[in-house]
Amino acid sequence: MPARLMQGDEACAEGALAGGCRFFAGYPITPATEIAEILARRLPQVGGKFIQMEDEIASMAAVIGASIGGAKAMTATSGPGFSLMQENIGYAAMAEIPCVIVDVQRLGPSTGRPTSPSQGDVMQARWGTHGDHPIIALSPSSVRETLDLTVQAFNFSERYRTPVILLMDEVVGHMRERVELPRAETIKRVERPVTTVPPEWYKPYEDSVSDVPPLVPFGEGYRYHVTGLHHDERGCPTDHLEKIQAWSDRVFRKIDSSLSDIILYEEDGIADANVLVIAYGATARSAWHAVKLARERGGKIGFLKLKTIWPFAEEVVEHAAARLHHVVVPEMNRGQLVLEVERVVARNKVHRVNRTDGEMVHPGDILAAIEERIL
Amino acid sequence: MRAQRTESRVHGRYLRHSKEFPNIWCAGCGIGIVLAAIIRAVDGLQLDKNEVAMLSGIGCTGRMPVYVDFNTMHTTHGRALAFATGLKMVRPEMKVLVVMGDGDALAIGGNHFIHAARRNIGLTAIVVNNATYGMTGGQSSPTTPTGVRTATAPYGHIEQPFPVAELAVTAGAAFVARSTVFHVRELEQYLSQAISKEGFAVVEVMSYCHTTLGRLNRWGTPAEMMRRLRDDSLTLKRAESLSEAEKQGKIVRGVFVDRDLPEYTQLYERVIERAQAERV
Repeated sequence: MPARLMQGDEACAEGALAGGCRFFAGYPITPATEIAEILARRLPQVGGKFIQMEDEIASMAAVIGASIGGAKAMTATSGPGFSLMQENIGYAAMAEIPCVIVDVQRLGPSTGRPTSPSQGDVMQARWGTHGDHPIIALSPSSVRETLDLTVQAFNFSERYRTPVILLMDEVVGHMRERVELPRAETIKRVERPVTTVPPEWYKPYEDSVSDVPPLVPFGEGYRYHVTGLHHDERGCPTDHLEKIQAWSDRVFRKIDSSLSDIILYEEDGIADANVLVIAYGATARSAWHAVKLARERGGKIGFLKLKTIWPFAEEVVEHAAARLHHVVVPEMNRGQLVLEVERVVARNKVHRVNRTDGEMVHPGDILAAIEERIL
Repeated sequence: MRAQRTESRVHGRYLRHSKEFPNIWCAGCGIGIVLAAIIRAVDGLQLDKNEVAMLSGIGCTGRMPVYVDFNTMHTTHGRALAFATGLKMVRPEMKVLVVMGDGDALAIGGNHFIHAARRNIGLTAIVVNNATYGMTGGQSSPTTPTGVRTATAPYGHIEQPFPVAELAVTAGAAFVARSTVFHVRELEQYLSQAISKEGFAVVEVMSYCHTTLGRLNRWGTPAEMMRRLRDDSLTLKRAESLSEAEKQGKIVRGVFVDRDLPEYTQLYERVIERAQAERV
């Protein structure tokens, strides 16, 4: 396929189609609106459905409804809309309904400064909805990576029956880059596991060997109940403590036992490094530039780019930082993912570089932080 | 007696026997009457259970779907119509019934209610109007009559109630009717008409909560409150001949609108045809 000049939001829309998305519900909000506009045009071309809902709460609800109907479904929003979606994201986690939520982060809190970039929703992606629940969140740092991770988000959501959050940022969403598009046949798509049992034996929440019981769409002869209440294996509400605990244990186990599949990252020059830089999203671009500048000046700098930010890449970070004394973590927030790095590495080794005025973290600031540790 | 036995056999065919009964509703509650009427309407229309979905929000009425052997989903508070919109979009052939209480449909879910009506999407919205939040103990709801005492209006409710059926007509629904849990045959007929309708259909069912509102206002026993639904209601036809003063405080029953409007998912099929034609 030829190369194209493509915007990050456009790559997200094309990645969604390539990943099998056939339903989108959304509400206009900068800097995510382009995703809705493109899918309003593109989805019906492939027999998919698009609907503009009355708000983000309804959008998230419609996505879950479409998913239980059997369609791979997505919504896209930014901070204020992401806040409104949280209750229903929790419903998707509780009822284990696959879906993808794109949050193109902008500077907050509240209306903030529309529409400057930010990475302020990292913790919200993890804990935005109430109650203990597992979640997967991916964060791309380029246009091509946006396309790939959108496909991956659908694959993870279907494979693990979970909401997956694609945490973009305004820089990546609005940036245009030359992109070599992957050939359609090279794109791996994961389909929802199908059941082999007859309807009378089917348990949509069975504590099965894989921890991910198959989800049969509504309308296919398997009549069952779905609820946001704690439920038994058939989906009916339960007050039995052991069943509630079993659900909680299973949904965390299904993610925790598959970290080698879920944790995506890239690393460079870590083996002989003195300083490690850990970054994600648009900030990874500044960080990589700073790493190259520092290396030109003779520094031995390791670089770790996290593409999966939730669940946090504990073992990867622990291993990468094991023999190092300095880890630099730049973020376009006041320090969110760095809390995880500090937890894993030890606080006195971790150095923060933060910016919360709506501008990107500049390579020079990261370079200064690196050089302070070497000299 | 024979009719009664036949009806309970019909109900039995649709109830979910794996679910532990009795249900969670208070003795004498009208929600069970609504559920039974829905079952008889579905049975009368000879619908395939696999092709029927029932969704609900949160509250006493929200607990209805779990008891019935359809594709059932108990969603979040106020959002059942939005969940149902997504399902109906990808499964347009399904009959999607959405059961809600008045707080669910018109307070927290009021926005979704008017927009589902405006879109005229083919859902059947059944609003069980008990004029209060029953599950949380009788607080004021958007349909609580002015002057009534509630747990959060101990000196009397000072707001005016939403007229649910009239609101649905104005918002654009294709079919709107109102009945009560006393008028069971009429209710069943309206439900049957609503479920058969292609567009957005609303049935408002009056069913005052005797456990909370009834006790707070000394409205008497469940049986007395049931009689009140009979005595305080009149048909739309009868209401037309009365003055506003004479209609004051009365429940007007009947079909408020039954009109042919283009249904949303069918319109979207045309969108798909246009998109694919332009692409070629």
